[in-house]
Amino acid sequence: MVTINKPATKLNEPSKPQKSSSPSLTAFVKAFKNSIVLIVFILLWELAPQLGFVEKTFLPPFSEVVQAWWELLVTGELWRHFEASILRSLFGFLLALALAIPLGLIIGWYPLARDLLTPILELFRNTAALALLPVFILILGIGEVSKISIVLFACTWPVLLNTISAVKNVDPLLIKSARSMNISSFKLFYKVILPASVPTIFTGIRMAGTGAILVLIAAEMIGAKAGLGYFITYSQYNFLIPEMYAGIITISLLGLLINYGLSSAERYFSRWKQ
Amino acid sequence: MDKIKFERVTKKFLVRDEYKKGAQREFTAIKDIEFSVKEGEFITLVGPSGCGKSTLLDLLTGLTQPTKGRILIDGREITGPGLDRGIVFQQYALFPWKTARGNIEFGLEAKGIPKSERKEKAEYYLDLVGLKNFADRYPHELSGGMKQRVAIARSLAFNPDVLLMDEPFAALDAQTRETLQTELLRIWKKTGKTIIFITHGIDEAVYLGERVVVLSANPGTVKKIVDIPLKDRLEDADIKSNPAFINARREVWNLLHEPEFQGAHI
Repeated sequence: MVTINKPATKLNEPSKPQKSSSPSLTAFVKAFKNSIVLIVFILLWELAPQLGFVEKTFLPPFSEVVQAWWELLVTGELWRHFEASILRSLFGFLLALALAIPLGLIIGWYPLARDLLTPILELFRNTAALALLPVFILILGIGEVSKISIVLFACTWPVLLNTISAVKNVDPLLIKSARSMNISSFKLFYKVILPASVPTIFTGIRMAGTGAILVLIAAEMIGAKAGLGYFITYSQYNFLIPEMYAGIITISLLGLLINYGLSSAERYFSRWKQ
Repeated sequence: MDKIKFERVTKKFLVRDEYKKGAQREFTAIKDIEFSVKEGEFITLVGPSGCGKSTLLDLLTGLTQPTKGRILIDGREITGPGLDRGIVFQQYALFPWKTARGNIEFGLEAKGIPKSERKEKAEYYLDLVGLKNFADRYPHELSGGMKQRVAIARSLAFNPDVLLMDEPFAALDAQTRETLQTELLRIWKKTGKTIIFITHGIDEAVYLGERVVVLSANPGTVKKIVDIPLKDRLEDADIKSNPAFINARREVWNLLHEPEFQGAHI
């Protein structure tokens, strides 16, 4: 018998009358709702090549891809590429946060800096990072530096611009209220501006998280000796099609992992909202 | 002795000139305001829009300075914000990332009260406004009336001599407003604070204020100060039918509806 911990009911919301009879049934229905489309998708992927609807060579059945994925995992091949990718993206991403958040806070705080810098920042943000990849490779070579730099570049703009607008859009009434309590500018910044900005900054951070993977994989496809992007193009050139799909699935997993991590962090830091 | 004294206070702003593009012109928000508030008095300010109520409040908090004249508090000129005055805003202005308790402790921290005492003080003021069981709620989990109670508790907690209230109950429904008016009178009796209460409700002004300052608009000036001879506001449940209340109410109403106000968007 499965028992489910009832979530603590909020006092200001009347608890909804339970429609279904048993809680384990409700949980089952919920799990079914969440996964049915995914299951159908996988079934289609499995059956379409098996039944000859699509060319098996170009789209191997899901089971073959999983098998290839498992072999790559066991031999450690997959891990090597996964590690290379996640280290590069994490490094570039964290560097971007360390740079963009403090800078954004400062720029947002000084109206003159904000007015002067916003146009050029918008220009940079709207320049697709990948368009600049050749420049990065020309200047920094095809080693780790150019890849980390392009991730850094791609992650910086959303975080920076969101931080600036977060600081700019802090409710003036909160500032007035805090100022009326005669607190110092430093405390005002630290105790009011910063916490009030967190949700908007996080929107930028999540945008950066998505961008980091995208840009990195593309960069690895163009010039690298390891990494998931490299592995996918390598498999394609060598006609290792199940392996190629295994690489793609791994990228999906990496993306999900990063998104999950960032959402959890966001929930933690914005727990005072709904 | 006078707790607060306005001495011919005038405030002018530069505003955009609506007739000449790009030009600015001077706008007089309030002109030669002069009145005093006694220690421990509950005084209400009522007036049409454009009478400079918000300007007066900003001057009292010390966030802006008068163009001419001065405002004295305990005989000293107001030159900046200070914890001798607590402010309650219409829109609560609670910090949404702090719980009810956290919001109250914010003011205590600003005053430099050690952490160990903050908790105890916060408890006391939460209890005073009847929110003892809601200490750990975030503002979004509280109703409008509860938020305003927290805001009042926050302003009282750092123990200012003067409480400035800017239409604090205007955003609340009628029933909550009445409850909070009574609560405020009770808190005022208990704490003996000097309260300056800005409102646009005539009933509210007469019910709460020992004196009502009637302002006129464009520019804001003091039209008349009306004494409200009501003694036992809290004891008399039906005070609004009391002849003294009705007379005072009529007087304030008449002052606000004299010809000079015609066209002043009351």
